[in-house]
Amino acid sequence: MKIWSSLLAVIALVFIAWVGAGVLHLSTFFGIVLPYLALIIFLAGFLLRVIKWGKSPVPFCIPTTCGQQESLPWIKPNKIENPTTTWGVIWRMILEITLFRSLFRNTATEKHDGNLAIGSAKWLWFGSLLFHWSMLVIIIRHLRFFTEPVPVLIQGLEFMDSFLQIGIPLLYMTDVFIVLALSYLFLRRVAIPKVKYISQAADYFPLLLLLGVAISGILMRYFFRVDVVGVKELAMGLVTFRPVFSAEIGPIFYIHLTLVSCLFAYFPWSKLMHAGGIFMSPTRNLANNSRMVRHVNPWNYAVKTHTYDEYEEEFRDKMKKVGLPLEGEG
Amino acid sequence: MAKLPKKDELMNYKYEVPPSDWMDTAVDIRPGTYCYGAKGKNLEAVNFPNARDWSPVDEDWHLPDNWQEIFLNGMAERLDKYRSFRLFMDVCVRCGACADKCHFYMGSGDPKNMPVLRGELLRSVYRRYFTTSGKLLGRIAGARDLTEDVLKELWFYFYQCTECRRCSVFCPYGIDQAEITIMGRELFNLLGLNTDWISGPVANCYMKGNHVGLEPQTILSNIEFMMDDLEDITGKRIEPRFNKKGAEILFVAPSGDLFADPGIYTCMGYLMLFEQLGLDYTMSTYASEGGNFGFFTSNEMAKRLNAKIYAEAKRLGVKWILGGECGHMWRVVNQYMDTWNGPADFLEVPVSPITGTKFENARSTKMVHIAEFTADLIYHNKLKLDPSRNDHLRITFHDSCNTSRGMGIMEEPRYIIKNVCNNFFEMPEETIREKTLCCGSGSGLNAGENMEVRLRGGFPRANAVKYVQDKHGVNVLANICAIDRAAMPSLMDYWVPGVQVMGVHELVGNALIMDGEKERTLNLRGEPLPGKGGEDDV
Repeated sequence: MKIWSSLLAVIALVFIAWVGAGVLHLSTFFGIVLPYLALIIFLAGFLLRVIKWGKSPVPFCIPTTCGQQESLPWIKPNKIENPTTTWGVIWRMILEITLFRSLFRNTATEKHDGNLAIGSAKWLWFGSLLFHWSMLVIIIRHLRFFTEPVPVLIQGLEFMDSFLQIGIPLLYMTDVFIVLALSYLFLRRVAIPKVKYISQAADYFPLLLLLGVAISGILMRYFFRVDVVGVKELAMGLVTFRPVFSAEIGPIFYIHLTLVSCLFAYFPWSKLMHAGGIFMSPTRNLANNSRMVRHVNPWNYAVKTHTYDEYEEEFRDKMKKVGLPLEGEG
Repeated sequence: MAKLPKKDELMNYKYEVPPSDWMDTAVDIRPGTYCYGAKGKNLEAVNFPNARDWSPVDEDWHLPDNWQEIFLNGMAERLDKYRSFRLFMDVCVRCGACADKCHFYMGSGDPKNMPVLRGELLRSVYRRYFTTSGKLLGRIAGARDLTEDVLKELWFYFYQCTECRRCSVFCPYGIDQAEITIMGRELFNLLGLNTDWISGPVANCYMKGNHVGLEPQTILSNIEFMMDDLEDITGKRIEPRFNKKGAEILFVAPSGDLFADPGIYTCMGYLMLFEQLGLDYTMSTYASEGGNFGFFTSNEMAKRLNAKIYAEAKRLGVKWILGGECGHMWRVVNQYMDTWNGPADFLEVPVSPITGTKFENARSTKMVHIAEFTADLIYHNKLKLDPSRNDHLRITFHDSCNTSRGMGIMEEPRYIIKNVCNNFFEMPEETIREKTLCCGSGSGLNAGENMEVRLRGGFPRANAVKYVQDKHGVNVLANICAIDRAAMPSLMDYWVPGVQVMGVHELVGNALIMDGEKERTLNLRGEPLPGKGGEDDV
């Protein structure tokens, strides 16, 4: 149900784009209005979500410490996994964000009769890393459509991405990687019972949507060739806020663009916001220095306590009998 | 206490999932798996709302009429007060990396004990009432209504989480189920749904100064008994000091160490050490608890209990505070105490009077962990030690969850152990340090009535102990946690018979050569020391 509804939603989006742009020729809507709208929703939504998180304070210093603390000078602290300085935190965050450090720790537990075996499990880490890095390279590559002249850096990246020199047009490795990685991430949700058990439509849908984006892009580049000059002119028009259509572009382009637009518009309201959230996670972005420097809770308030005087009042006789010193001899 | 289940019954599980969706799988609250409900009087003692006697197995929990409103308003308030809570409700991608990291899941196979799903139990309610998609789309958006059944399910599984943070180590976003459980338990407390095993100690600690409810004269007589035993063992009479104004150091231990076997042996170790050093210290009968069951109740309650430590340090006019071996106590001291009840500007940056070491890492809280203190002593050769007295012991060290993942005190206790013992063996890499496996009884779950859950939750840890028992003949599980000392013995007896549980300072006390002591033939437990002229010599 969760899988089928997600698949159906993505197919519906493809169908809408095909009918709308390919049959009804609503290219202004699908080529100009929708992308702008999606971008506005994405930017505003992303900002709103981050502001909303930011408005909730961090009352306590709660880093998850994953290594030796800084204590005695002759004990070597783990300055990254248990940071006490801002630099340590920055390194920790860089490792988390670029290499998925925590996910790299992943293990798998197996039960053999009366014993547990904890073994290494790196596939999830590898699949996720492959997807995210491919995605990043592909996004940067796409900037060639929005820049004139195309910066050398982007050209260099394209060169590296296609250095295998397979086929014409040249095959980008990241195109293959992203489809493989997304397929893996999707299939593990379907095939591993406990992962399927925890999966929601909100997990399948973005994976299928991303797969749709990748596949439509690949079809466009390698199979149903579209007028690249026309695409570039539209893209340049969009970024200079003077959008024009100079040529007829095939419907596959509108399918691709519509799916991308939907991804952008969907992003801020979904779990995809982990992209922003990871930067704000208090178990990772705080230094474990709360014994060295006082962490202030902005809403700290006075509480009722049971004072020593009240305690002594209740136990005075008993305390006196055993010779404990007293404040009030009463 | 429920009758102990048989091992093969407990082990009769697989990592499989039920055929029905988790939202359609009803919770089964059965004996052995839950803690008794709180008694009304204990909640009243600390002015908690909706205080009443109740039982989790009753059909009717006697909730206030507007319980949903209370719960949801409480949730809204906490979403605004804790970034962790709001973020962790939003950013989980259900990748499942945490799933088999939880000791309760590892030992039960119940999918709702996977941290991701334990979190979803509450996230589904969050989506229904706090997100647009959840309000509009309902179940397909992973949202569900807050019904009484949902509340019961939440309660059941949030008291099957020991707030150990192991999931948080593996989560790519650092989502910490402990944070979610803490928030959930705050919400239950708004409805009077605490457990007896937590609310009792909280009321005790509030009124009497410690969880176990020792009154001042009882603390003194307990210590007296320990000192009698120590006199037999060492030939020296130690007179610990209490409520003494003007001492240099206030020493605060978890009350379990003043109360029962095997914690008392750790306590003897502390006091022998202080005696030998001639330390100018005092303990307090008022601030006689380092641990904090308030932490398993609500932030506010935790702060109310914790306040006594600084208040007493101020009243007695000490310079700094030394803390005993306890797990969650040190999470609280490290990450909360100064924020709640500081700044402790009436104290001085701690300096060891013996070595002159300034504990810069505690320069704001002014509170030093005894393992830091003792490691520093040993490093500076200030202790005369005879590790051969521990030669019959083959030791492994269990990192407590809170001290490893909420502080990072890992090398200090190991350094001490290696200096007071000759036979030390590590458990497998994946089960120690920040990846340590919980005892299964933390966060107020160490009751008797939920023994099945404790045995299951403790099984992964016990299984790692069994590994080193088989491989190295390990017979001692050393630790720096009072709950470990209270909970682990029954766990070891059940899963790994033949392994004793000892605090690190019990081992220190055994090895410590005191000035003017008699020749030791007994260990701190009063048992003959092999090879030292004891009765057991062969």
